[in-house]
Formats: sequence, C-alpha cells, structure tokens
Amino acid sequence: MAVSTPVLPLTDRAAPAGATYLNAERGLRSWLFTLDHKRIGVMYLVVILASFLAGGIFALLVRTELLTPGPTIMGPDTYNKMFTLHGTVMIFLFIIPGIPATLGNFVLPLMLGAKDVALPRLNLASFWIWVTGATVAISAIVLGGVDTGWTFYTPYSTTTNTAVIPMTLGAFILGFSSIFTGLNFIVTIHKMRPEGMTWMRMPLFLWGIYATAIIQVLATPVLGITLLLLVAERVLGVGIFDPALGGDPVLYQHFFWFYSHPAVYIMILPAMAIMSEVIAVFSGKRIFGYRFIAASSIAIAILSFLVWGHHMFVSGQSSLANLVFSALTFAVAIPSAVKVFNWVATMYKGSVRLLTPMLYALSFLFLFTIGGLTGLFLGALATDVHLTDTYFVVAHFHYVMFGGTVIAFLAGLHYWWPKMFGRMYSERWGRVGALLIFVGFNLTFFTQFVMGSHGMPRRYFNYLPRFEGLHQASTVGSYVLGLGFMVVAAYLLHSLFRGAPAPANPWGSATLEWETSSPPPPHNFDEEFDASDPYDIESLEYDPAGGGYRRHDPSAIRLRPAGAP
Amino acid sequence: MASPAHTGGPHLAHHFANLDQQYQSAKLGMWVFLATEVLFFGGLFCAYVVYRANHPEVFLYAHQFLDKRLGALNTAVLICSSFTIAWAVRAAQLKQVRLLILLLSLTFLLASGFLGVKYIEYRQKWEHGLLWARRYHPEVHLVQEGPGHDVEVPGAAPPGPGAQAAQEAPVTPAADGDADRSRIADAASGPVGLAEPMPASGEHRVVAEPHNAQVFFSIYFLMTGLHGIHVLVGMGLMVWLIALAWRGAFAGGNFTRVDMFGLYWHLVDLIWIYLFLLLYLVH
Repeated sequence: MAVSTPVLPLTDRAAPAGATYLNAERGLRSWLFTLDHKRIGVMYLVVILASFLAGGIFALLVRTELLTPGPTIMGPDTYNKMFTLHGTVMIFLFIIPGIPATLGNFVLPLMLGAKDVALPRLNLASFWIWVTGATVAISAIVLGGVDTGWTFYTPYSTTTNTAVIPMTLGAFILGFSSIFTGLNFIVTIHKMRPEGMTWMRMPLFLWGIYATAIIQVLATPVLGITLLLLVAERVLGVGIFDPALGGDPVLYQHFFWFYSHPAVYIMILPAMAIMSEVIAVFSGKRIFGYRFIAASSIAIAILSFLVWGHHMFVSGQSSLANLVFSALTFAVAIPSAVKVFNWVATMYKGSVRLLTPMLYALSFLFLFTIGGLTGLFLGALATDVHLTDTYFVVAHFHYVMFGGTVIAFLAGLHYWWPKMFGRMYSERWGRVGALLIFVGFNLTFFTQFVMGSHGMPRRYFNYLPRFEGLHQASTVGSYVLGLGFMVVAAYLLHSLFRGAPAPANPWGSATLEWETSSPPPPHNFDEEFDASDPYDIESLEYDPAGGGYRRHDPSAIRLRPAGAP
Repeated sequence: MASPAHTGGPHLAHHFANLDQQYQSAKLGMWVFLATEVLFFGGLFCAYVVYRANHPEVFLYAHQFLDKRLGALNTAVLICSSFTIAWAVRAAQLKQVRLLILLLSLTFLLASGFLGVKYIEYRQKWEHGLLWARRYHPEVHLVQEGPGHDVEVPGAAPPGPGAQAAQEAPVTPAADGDADRSRIADAASGPVGLAEPMPASGEHRVVAEPHNAQVFFSIYFLMTGLHGIHVLVGMGLMVWLIALAWRGAFAGGNFTRVDMFGLYWHLVDLIWIYLFLLLYLVH
C-alpha cells in the first residue's frame, strides 16, 4: 500500500519571524489539512477530550442509575446500552489513542530535535481515519445503541438486534488509525534520532511510546480481523463463532483478548512513559535506573502478548492453559514493579517540587500500585473464580486505566501544556483539581472493590439492598470526580486566553522539546542538537528574568544551525 | 508506506536530512506495514489451524470440491506477476520509463487474470451451493468409484466397522438431554462419530459428508475473499503508478513508490501460495 508523499508545504519557512505553529497560518483549512505534527496533535487533543467528555457523561448516567436498586432514571435496556457506550467510547475513542496520538504526536518529534514525524501525510491520514471510525461508531447510538458491553462477546453479539455492526466497524476503522500512528512512531524513532542520541540515550518517554507502538502494530490487526469476522458472522452467517453452524464462540474470546490484553498495555505504557519524565524533572534529579526502566517497557510489550488467556479462566479453558496463563500473568508484575521502584528511588533525596504535574504523578504511583496489586488477585486462579465478573474486576481496571492512564495523561497534559499553548495555567486551581480528582476517584472505585469482594456482579442493572450504601458512596464519588474535571477544564480553558506567557523551559527539564520557544515555531528548531543526555537536569538553572530555566552553557548541546551540512 | 517527493523540485522532503534517510524511512514503514498485514491474515490462518486440528475430516472431504488445476493456474499467474513487478522495480531504478509502464501493465493484466479465474471458481461454488456456513446447501456429492480407495475420507468411512462406531457415538451428547451440545461435534468423537453412513449403490458410492463440512467453505471464502480484496487494492495502486509513470514521475530515478508497491505485491503473492497449499492441497 504505497501512500503519498510527505512533502511539507514550504510556507512555514516563509512565516514571519517570531510566528508560532499556532498562528503561522490561519483559517480552518490550515488546520484540517495540516501536515504539522503539532497541529495534528492539538486536533487529536480536541476530539479525544470531546470523546472523554461523552464517555464521562455516559459513566455519570450509569452511576446515577445505580443510586437506588431498581429503575432510578432509566430502564434496564437503556442501562445496558449506556454502560456499553461508556466502555466503547472510553476504550476505543479515548484511552487507546489518548496519549500517543495527542501528547505523543506533539512531543515525539520535538524530543528528537526533528522537524516532524517521518511520515507526516500518514499522520494526517490516521487523524482522518480516527474521525471516520469515530463517526461510524457513534452512529450506532442513532441506530438504536449497542447492549453487548465493549467486548462484543459472541454468541450474544451475533444474535442481539441492536446496532452491533456500526459499532464494530467503527472500532475496526479506529484500529487502522492506531496502527498508522504506531507505525509512524516506530519509523520516526528508528530513523530520525539526532546525533548523540543512541538507543540508550533516548528520553524514556520515547522508549515508552516505542514499546506502545510495537503493540499497536502487532496486536491491532488481530482485532481488525476479529471484528471483521464478527461482522461477516452477522451479515453472511459464516459460522466461525456460531456453534449451531459448527463454530466456536470461545475462539472469539481468544481472538478478542489476543488484541485486547496487549491493548491494555497500549493504554498504560505511554502513561508510564510520561511518569518517567515528570518524576525525574520534579525531583530535580537524574532518573534512577534508566536502563531498567527502558528495558521494562519492552519486557511489558513482549509479555503483553502472552497473557490473554487470563480473561478466560472460567470460559472452559484447560487447566494446563489456565496454569500457564496465570504464571505468565504474574510475570508482568516484575517489569511493572521495576518501574515503580525506580520512580520512587528517583525521588529519594531529590528536591521534590509538588507542582500540579507532580501531584498527578504521585497519585499515579499510589493508584497504579493498588490497581497492579489487585491484578494479582485476579491472576491467581482460585481467587479469580470468586472475583470473575464482579465489581472487583471493574474497580481493578479502573484503578489501572483511570488511576494509571488518565491520571498520567493529566500529568503529561499539565506538564506539556505550557509548551503546547505557550500559556501557564493557575497552579492553585491545578492543585484543587488534582485533589478533587484523587478523592473522587478513590471514593468511586474503592467502594467497588468492597462490593466486588462481597459478590456484587458487574453490569447488573439491579442489586441487593445491602449494597445500597456502597453504591451511593460510589455515585457520590463519581460526582466529585466530575466536578474535579470541570475545574480542570475551566482553568485550562481560562489559561488559553488569560494565562501568563510560558517561558521556553518552565519546569527545568533537560529534554530537547524545552530548547525551543513555547509554543514552538512551525519548523520546531533553528538548530541541530547533540542530544546525548536527556536527564542532565542538574545542568539547568533558574533564570528569574525569564521566569523559566536555562542551561549553564546553552551552546554545549547546540551543534549547528538547522539545515547546515 | 510513503515515498520521497518527486512532484517537481527536489525529491527530499524538508524534514529529512538526506535522501538515504528518506528512502530508509519509507522502506522500514513498508516492512512494518507488511508485518501488520501478516497478523491481519494471521487471525484467519489461526482459525484454519484450530478447525483443521479439531476436524481434519472436514478439510480432507471438502477440499476435494476445489479445482486444483485452476488453483495451480492462479498460483502460476501470481508468481509470473511477482516476476514482472520485480522487473518493474529494476526498470524504475534504471529510469526506463517505457519498460516500467509495460511491466506495470503486464502485472495488472496478470492480476486481472487471477481474479478472472477466481470468478470462475466462485461461480462454480455458487452454482453447486457450496457457500459459507449459513448458505451451504450442497447440490453435488463426492462419488467413490469401485472398491478402490482413490478418494479417502477417513471421517466419512463407507459402511463397515467404522459405521458401527458412527451409529453409537452421537448418542453420547444427545443422551445428556442438552439440546445445544448435540449439534457440536466433539473434537475426540467427531471424525468417526458423527459421519452418516450412506447406502452403496452399485459401483458408485456417494461419499458420506462429515459433520460441519460448511466450516471449510466459510474459511475458504473468508481467506480467498480477503486475499481477493488485497489483489483489487493492488490493481488500483498499479493504475495509480502507471498514471504517475506516464506523467514522468519516475524519470528522475526516484523509484521508491514502485519499490514499496513491489514489496506489497510480493506479500499478496506469498499469501496466495500459502492459501493454495492449505486449501487446495490437503492430505
């Protein structure tokens, strides 16, 4: 599939001096058809945050319905459609593309000191493929909704009369967006690293994004063919997953989780990648155990392909398979713990600054650790039989996906916000938002651990009266969480118009994206760099005049003007 | 995936340091894309392996409805097209634009030939009712001539000792009183257990059809259909390349696009070779 030419229009070179990527060109077309990775990253940010808002509203409706046993604000069929929409929108539209497509797109070429990703047209194509896929998926709402849950398990998904086909086709199309983003990042990291940046001198964010990209490229096609088979099953009746026609519904589960378990790491690896940057910068210290953090990203990527069977411990899998998958699942804890210990060790004897990104990073450490450790309960065969399909599972993956990925996404968003938009947000309100989200999150989901261990099944419309108190606490928590996000949205939007101008390097980071102005010019850099040490944080000093940080010797890492031979 | 610029001006896109970096990026991108293609088909190959391992008798029986001669012809056609596209890449490298157009057109013709043969095969299956599971209503049967066993279908043994087992085996699941189970062939008892013995009629005996033969045709249509779509996409890309060549895009020796398309076409060819072996030549 040969695709088009990555020639950038030369207009940005002719942009007036001092122009930024935000104002160098004007008009809607200059955004919608831009090849600039920064603009594509911002467009992704807009649509992905809109998806997050939609998914969040669905979640609040689900929680509100669960305030009382029996119908509260909707009937059971609507409830089934609502939690399915929450799951599909959050998973396929928000959290899978979330960090790589927004922050990854914006930061990755900057961290490499490059002008763009290797394949800019493919990058724009993947954005439009995302829009197409999202439109097709969302059209399912108009066509009657879907009530299968986000996993589309057969035989229910092949027999329900709801709009399964648009939703699965949408997810199929979104998969290609994810594949092309991952492919682009792999090529960019392989071929466009600057002088001095060997593999072992890359910022850890790039290692995390690289490991993510490998999973995106190798796992997503399998989801593609699985969803295609599901559509063929419904349209033609090919019978691959239909026992009445000689097929096997458990094969669907194998196919689905062969993608969807690695997909969990597509979600968490970029979050870990952000953590490595934020923790080091706000501890004012070189990252501890660089090689181990880098290698553990790759280890997680490899192990992610070997554990899918732990989703089928009660699906009639053989005991031997259960045993092997359980053991491999435990193995994932090793690289995950390696990362956590190294982050904690980085903070040890550092000068920790509790600014908003760091508050989120500390929340991540706390919440991800709970999420990770409760994963071991589910990976252990005996306890899993008791906990399967209970709220314990729901709480576990929300602690990992929300407490991990979303919290780290917020850390990264606050960390790179000044670089992306050239404005500082209100630090005070930032801390208020972080606190609200932390408290609201724990209230929402810790209660669900308790309910789950007491046997409250997930996805149920109704529940026993003895769960009412916990359900109500959880719902109140979700409202606090919603309030926290409204605070964040308010001060971030406010900062766009009224925020103080951001210095080039407001936090004292040593990676290359902070060597250019905030926001960067269209061509990113005027110089080429010797990028041999991304964690030389001690070489920066606070510059009261500019309000940011600068290097003791700025010329040390600058090699030559950009474009010079 | 991508290829260097060549629409007038220098071939080098502004964000690359040199042409080599640009070419190597395109090439790596293409190989990664091919890896995703392999995994895309991998799901279907995996389904093939699962069903063939559980129900080998279905594959032994049903593959005989495929026309080996047409399959072999198509294999030859695609291998020829791989040769012409490889030569086309060479022509692009040597800036032989007229030869390039000729070879691309030849590859296009071979691809059309492949789809033409495929059409004949699909039409035969359609006429005989040999379609995917829900549409599987076979109107033809395998006939075994004389006592010789030139057509051997272990799962569908003619009346004899095997048939005794066939009479008894299916009772087990049905005896549970579980209506759902009774239609699913158990992997262990399937081959012999669920075959219906057919009466012998003179010299010609109709070979009994094993249970769930329709699964083979589902897999056959899914795999060859997905491959056929890839051939169609390839033909579209060839038209695009021919148009570019016509406009002189490859006169400057910028052969990346042809090269990348060549890689794609070789993969399409390679996948067909596996399909031919796995679907047509079952032993």
